[in-house]
Amino acid sequence: MQNILVYIQAPGATPTKSQCELLTLGASLGEVRVVLGAHADEATRAVLSSWGATGFYAAEALEGHIAPEAALLAAAAKDFKAAAVLLPNDSAGREVAARAAIKLDAGVITDAIGVEQDLTVTKSVLAGSYTVRVKATRGPLLVTVKPNSVELPSEAPATISAAALSTLDLGEVGPMAVITGVSERASSGRPDLSEARFVVAGGRGVDGDFGPVEELADALGAAVGASRAATDAGWIDHGAQIGQTGKTVSPQLYISAGISGAIQQKAGMQTSTYIVAVNSDPDAPVFEIADLGIVGDLTRVLPQAAAEIRRRKG
Amino acid sequence: MSQSTGTPLRILVLVKHVPDVQFDRHLAGEHLRIDRQDSVLSELDEYAIEAGLQLAESRGGAAAGNTVTALSMGPEAAVNAVRKALQMGATEGVHLCDDALAGSDAGATSLALAAAVRHLAGFDLIITGMSSTDAETSLVPAQLAERLSLAQLTQISRVELAADSTTIRAVRETEHAALNLEAELPVLLSVTDQANEPRYPNFKGIMAAKKKKVTVLNLSDIGVDPASVGGAGSATQVEAAEARAEREAGRIITDSGNAGIELVDFLAAAKLI
Ligand SMILES: Cc1cc2nc3c(=O)[nH]c(=O)nc-3n(C[C@H](O)[C@H](O)[C@H](O)COP(=O)(O)OP(=O)(O)OC[C@H]3O[C@@H](n4cnc5c(N)ncnc54)[C@H](O)[C@@H]3O)c2cc1C
Ligand SMILES: Nc1ncnc2c1ncn2[C@@H]1O[C@H](COP(=O)(O)O)[C@@H](O)[C@H]1O
Repeated sequence: MQNILVYIQAPGATPTKSQCELLTLGASLGEVRVVLGAHADEATRAVLSSWGATGFYAAEALEGHIAPEAALLAAAAKDFKAAAVLLPNDSAGREVAARAAIKLDAGVITDAIGVEQDLTVTKSVLAGSYTVRVKATRGPLLVTVKPNSVELPSEAPATISAAALSTLDLGEVGPMAVITGVSERASSGRPDLSEARFVVAGGRGVDGDFGPVEELADALGAAVGASRAATDAGWIDHGAQIGQTGKTVSPQLYISAGISGAIQQKAGMQTSTYIVAVNSDPDAPVFEIADLGIVGDLTRVLPQAAAEIRRRKG
Repeated sequence: MSQSTGTPLRILVLVKHVPDVQFDRHLAGEHLRIDRQDSVLSELDEYAIEAGLQLAESRGGAAAGNTVTALSMGPEAAVNAVRKALQMGATEGVHLCDDALAGSDAGATSLALAAAVRHLAGFDLIITGMSSTDAETSLVPAQLAERLSLAQLTQISRVELAADSTTIRAVRETEHAALNLEAELPVLLSVTDQANEPRYPNFKGIMAAKKKKVTVLNLSDIGVDPASVGGAGSATQVEAAEARAEREAGRIITDSGNAGIELVDFLAAAKLI
């Protein structure tokens, strides 16, 4: 059986959906140990163990810095003789993989949507225009896996006791910046954009008022997204931006409202299963990729749809 | 390094020449490499150039001896990315060009770029884009920091040089928070498209760029073994590629008063609700 490391950057009392996906994928490939990017108490380790972790690696004083996290990951990969390391596909996950790959003389593959038993990785490239199969030719495979790529068991596993923890000594990790302040983004209470099954996104066409977008999102239980025009205007937090320089999402349903469908916006959403577009301009490029296109005013169409969903749900 | 107060800054900006995102892009050939016709300066590297120019200007610009060097690794045509940086205001250019580099993945690219940086030597800041618009990995900046043993300040939406001119202050955007970072020069920065508004080259800039120096380097100049880079030296290999079927336009309706209901009918038919 091959050895698989899973990198859990921010372990919490209950693992996030993406963390469960990494653990489930890991367990399907081999024996899993977890590298902890931050302190995890015994209860947290017990939950991760029930998801398949048979051991843990940790280090002192990581404090959210990429350089020591990469050093820990590389040391753990050597200790466990890992064949593959699975990481989240966010910026920290990519950067930790990037630096660890240099220490391990290994290949990194980002944006994975699948990893097979022989460690062949599937990913899409050029903004979703190709699907490619890639392999690492030396070193352990370091792979960052996109959310919503792995099917989870229908029920969370029963909790068992925590597997053993080894604390590794990292030695000198090189120069680092000092973190002098942290401002957490306010949580909207809605589903996380990268993991959501449904997304409703608004653009310049909402003209300053995300009310209709939020109303439809809440009727559907969807996450709220935005175009760069809307985040640049300050109508919604930058964390909601979808596209080339924002988040890439691949939900079952993407409702685009008041968004023209520029190439940089499409780059972040065109692999969604269903796309519905609402735009008052019949020539908007977004209609070229929409399964249902509605030429209309979003301030009328969205609230009407929200009311109809609430009515049908009773 | 020349970071002491009063000495000019030496800034290196890394720029990549990539297929224009406005056109269809393709993988081609036996090794399934990106077809590099119709290439331009990666749009996201314009933010890196602008950040470099602004930091130099905050210290008195070229007149005070501050330099902004643009470096690109790529085939013959990649010199155009360097030229564009010179037109925007970079002081000089370097083009790392060698047939053996073709097909390099992030690890091989960072190996060659790190060797070029060591060869050129003496930079206070190395600035990259947040991601290339073709490979889209964001791996190269972190790998350069690792190889060159520099503090990394990546995914930066704001950056300034403190009054002492040796401390860099920056804001890093992560998925859940904004972090304020501080580090002593030398550092590696990658900047996002939130960092600034890149300037357009004006006529004066375009004329001035024609007289600026572009140094061409090959692998033997920077002491890199050709076998350690390119497709053969890379630790990843593309085995197969399949073009994704183009999305087709579906049904288009015009709202005549009940499009909201029709939207819900569509969701119900697709079993989404
Ligand atoms: C380097 C770079 C990176 C970028 N990254 C991103 C990115 O990650 N994500 C992104 O989204 N963009 C990105 N962009 C910007 C992108 O090019 C577009 O400018 C942007 O997506 C446009 O946003 P929009 O569609 O909301 O605005 P617009 O293009 O102005 O479109 C607004 C649309 O709303 C419609 N409308 C107006 N009123 C109504 C109404 N009442 N009801 C219905 N429809 C209405 C209009 O017909 C129009 O089609 C990037 C650009 C660059 C240069
Ligand atoms: N061939 C290259 N030449 C110069 N800079 C590069 C090259 N490849 C990547 N970079 C730099 O690294 C950044 C991130 O690229 P990537 O890791 O490919 O997403 C880019 O924005 C560039 O600044």
